[in-house]
Amino acid sequence: MHQMIKWTAVGTIDDIPRQGARCVKAGDTKVAVFRTADDRIFALEDRCPHKNGPLSQGIVHAGRVTCPLHNWVISLETGRAEGADEGQTNSYPVKIEDQTIYVALGAI
Amino acid sequence: MQHSLQTPRERLVVVGNGMAGIRTLEDLLAKAPGRYDITVFGAEPHPNYNRIMLSPVLAGEKTFDQIVLNGLDWYEANGITLLTGDRVESIDRVQRTVTAMSGRAVAYDKLLIATGSNPFVIPVPGATLPGVVGFRDLADVDAMLEAAARGGRAVVIGGGLLGLEAANGLKVKGMDVTVVHLMDTLMERQLDRSAGTLLQRELERRGIAVLTGADTAEIVGDGRVTGVRLKDGQVLPADLVVMAVGIRPNLALGKAAGLACGRGIQVDDAMVTSDPAILAVGECVEHRGQTYGLVAPLFEMARVAADRLAGGTEAAYTGSVTSTKLKVTGVDVFSAGDFSGGKDCEDITFRDAARGVYKRVVLKGNRILGAVLYGDTRDGGWYFQMLKDGQDVAAIRDTLVFGQGYQGGGAASPGAALAALPDSAEICGCNGVCKGTIVTAITEKGLTSLDEVRAHTKASASCGSCTGQVEQLLALTLGDGYQAQTGPKPMCKCTDRTHDEARRAIAMLELKSIPDVMQALEWTTPDGCASCRPALNYYLMCAWPGEYKDDSRSRFVNERMHANIQKDGTYSVVPRMWGGLTTSAELRAIADVVDKFAIPTVKVTGGQRIDLFGVKKEDLPAVWADLNAAGMVSGHAYAKGLRTVKTCVGSEWCRFGTQDSTALGVKLERLTWGSWTPHKVKLAVSGCPRNCAEATIKDLGVVCVDSGYELHVGGNGGMHVRACDLLVKVDTEEEVLEYTGAFMQLYREEARYLERTAPWLERVGLAYLKQRLVDDPKGRTSLNARFLFSQSFSQDDPWAERASGATDRHEFSLLAEVG
Ligand code: SRM
Ligand SMILES: Cc1cc2nc3c(=O)[nH]c(=O)nc-3n(C[C@H](O)[C@H](O)[C@H](O)COP(=O)(O)OP(=O)(O)OC[C@H]3O[C@@H](n4cnc5c(N)ncnc54)[C@H](O)[C@@H]3O)c2cc1C
Ligand code: SF4
Ligand code: FES
Repeated sequence: MHQMIKWTAVGTIDDIPRQGARCVKAGDTKVAVFRTADDRIFALEDRCPHKNGPLSQGIVHAGRVTCPLHNWVISLETGRAEGADEGQTNSYPVKIEDQTIYVALGAI
Repeated sequence: MQHSLQTPRERLVVVGNGMAGIRTLEDLLAKAPGRYDITVFGAEPHPNYNRIMLSPVLAGEKTFDQIVLNGLDWYEANGITLLTGDRVESIDRVQRTVTAMSGRAVAYDKLLIATGSNPFVIPVPGATLPGVVGFRDLADVDAMLEAAARGGRAVVIGGGLLGLEAANGLKVKGMDVTVVHLMDTLMERQLDRSAGTLLQRELERRGIAVLTGADTAEIVGDGRVTGVRLKDGQVLPADLVVMAVGIRPNLALGKAAGLACGRGIQVDDAMVTSDPAILAVGECVEHRGQTYGLVAPLFEMARVAADRLAGGTEAAYTGSVTSTKLKVTGVDVFSAGDFSGGKDCEDITFRDAARGVYKRVVLKGNRILGAVLYGDTRDGGWYFQMLKDGQDVAAIRDTLVFGQGYQGGGAASPGAALAALPDSAEICGCNGVCKGTIVTAITEKGLTSLDEVRAHTKASASCGSCTGQVEQLLALTLGDGYQAQTGPKPMCKCTDRTHDEARRAIAMLELKSIPDVMQALEWTTPDGCASCRPALNYYLMCAWPGEYKDDSRSRFVNERMHANIQKDGTYSVVPRMWGGLTTSAELRAIADVVDKFAIPTVKVTGGQRIDLFGVKKEDLPAVWADLNAAGMVSGHAYAKGLRTVKTCVGSEWCRFGTQDSTALGVKLERLTWGSWTPHKVKLAVSGCPRNCAEATIKDLGVVCVDSGYELHVGGNGGMHVRACDLLVKVDTEEEVLEYTGAFMQLYREEARYLERTAPWLERVGLAYLKQRLVDDPKGRTSLNARFLFSQSFSQDDPWAERASGATDRHEFSLLAEVG
């Protein structure tokens, strides 16, 4: 079937602290929406590729998040584990209009 | 249509006598002089002036006459009818006329709208009180100068370009100025956090107070402004309030005339609006979804509009990349392009703490995407040009960040700059050591290591921020003979500095924030990583009690949430049970919480208290509120801080007890709870040498004996079991308390982050602890005093703060729930 992007407004930039994240619940999936020190916004599934750690709870630094459970470092851009670790979590396209954050949560 | 017989000239009407409109006319007159009969309406009662120079006018560096771009004679010489002080109120697109406030109507064949923008006024009560001004035109500047002449206090709302230029001008004019900024760092749209923080420090140094993260709730005053109330309740007294929170394109006229509008009046690449007879330029337009607030793009628009008005069909405006400079004399700030980085971007960062310089260039695929410069903006134009040209910088990548002057012919290396310095150049600012002194010491005394240079010259022996340069001098002088030191390891990959160097610099240079430390010590990453940020946060908190604001974003999740994360993402909650004592009321409250929130597991811990496992994150505040209601507070089971004070029953009940070990344990826990330490700290008190509280494997353990109290330190029952060393024996409880405070503080001030007391003691030696704590009673007393001072700021229950919703409310709720 033809798939198309559906943008969902999830809140504004100011709802998320810098170097922090907050979650969006979309059905059974939890999506972590991150805001970096320089105000970039990224969305990843809130599940570490290692053992499903909640990435939203990690320390955010230089476009990455360090998982709170066993310190894997995950790229916010790609959802891929960095360094020697291997694995990737789902990432979602994000767009900002005015201050509102839209996430493409999935195909419909 | 009417045409005059001799000169059938088309009529051009310009609405807006500002920078974009008049620039368009200048370009048009150059291309097609005499083509139009031109009439200009200007709402302001002045000829066209250089708006961006209003800041120097406010600061007293320029007069109004000096910033006039085109005087009345220019309009006259070009046959332009100028109607100042007359605002155009409507456009009749069918009749093709505009009508102004005065009732005057003028017909057009072509209309150019250049109405600029309006300052945005935040919709809070009191926003229209007399004494509240924007910063947009000469009238605003006059109002500010008038207020400044009376002295008093000014509050500037908005820490962007305009707000800061206003603040600086008012300060120069003698007012007490406070800048109130909603975001955490100044000029956040143009500057990254590092540069924003440097800027803030500089303004503060000039006596301008800066409040970040401050949201305005109300402008207060009775008939005239008297202050600004913030959302946190604080009221800032003010005689003048400048609102500089942003601008909104002035599209009212276009909108009322039915032109297509978004955030601005929409134009195509020819600067033509949805009506082919009407063009628009400047801040009032929206082009390809963008609006602009700087002159460079407006001038590009003006060129295109002029070409089209002159009959051209080619010229097209395709959007602009912009760069910004702050016009505050002596503060050099430059920003261009997109410096936020992103996929496949590389950051090149350069920090020269001695000169107060910070540079960051963002590259993508060998092309410059953005740049932020602070302190030295000489190369701003160079980077900006390469950015706009999309120039491939692969060949100069390694030296790019050093600037244009550095791109000599041959292969330059960072060391070359140092080699080129004269002998008299100062390397170590703290101890005033010049390059020549260091090089001479290296050659004449045969020095081969950093430590030797430190010992002989004192260079790099204080704050350590010149360590890199001293090492380079060693390398330059000794050539291949120099082997970089393999001493204590750097904190992490973000820096070459060791933990001790960072701490020393924090104290010596009075660094008071994480970005300050990163700047002073030339961090190589923009905002550190998960290892250095928590460490720096701790060092700063320890160094500046009461002053440093904890950075929760630099804390591991458990310390941020004040609960321990579990493998399934739920949390565990451990209330404090002072000295292991509890009551039926506490136990009942715990039982009730367990039932109410269906908490799956309840366990007695190895630390003599009760752990509730599997609490959902969103339930935490309510669980805490219920426990608080029964008088219980956070057990800090998550903290690099005081965990537990384990006790035995002691002389109250036990037939062997020599002292009241339980009560002493409670006193020790009351003394030490809430403290932040390099790693966790556990205490214990046993009532006799049978030692049922296992006091001799604790960080500090007290073993009571008939004649007093033995204090044991540096024990650990964890991964590497280590029995304590006996520090001292004392006679009274008071002494136990003083020694404990002093020991805690020495550990806090001198151990490295994540170093527990056992490895710390092994590193520095028991003799050292005895020297500091036992042999030096004065030193002990002052250590204890510093501990108590620090404790006066840290003994607030973090649960209560969060349960009340006052702190970190966003942590406990979803951003959104969809689908
Ligand atoms: C709950 C508890 C086990 C229990 O069910 O009894 C426990 C649980 C954890 N311990 Fe422990 N330790 C507990 C008593 C101990 C003890 C015994 C004691 O305190 O008397 C020790 C050995 C004594 C000591 O520390 O010297 C102990 C040595 C450790 C260590 C090793 C520390 C070391 O320096 O070697 C770690 C790892 C660490 O901290 O890096 C650790 C780490 C942990 C962590 C925090 C692991 C983690 O990072 O998630 C566990 C958190 C559980 C949670 O979510 O609450 N736990 N842990 C005990 C809580 C005590 C309390 O009331 O606060
Ligand atoms: C204090 C200050 C400092 C600045 N510093 C810089 C800087 O350093 N660098 C930079 O690039 N930019 C700076 N700017 C921004 C720059 O000045 C603007 O981008 C530029 O002036 C916009 O030009 P414009 O023609 O669109 O609007 P304006 O210059 O504002 O001109 C619009 C004119 O139209 C008039 N008008 C509006 N409606 C009507 C109407 N209905 N009828 C008749 N007339 C009307 C207005 O009164 C105004 O005179 C600064 C701005 C200010 C206020
Ligand atoms: S010993 Fe401590 S860290 Fe290990 S499983 Fe038990 S509670 Fe967890
Ligand atoms: S679950 Fe993320 S590192 Fe283990």
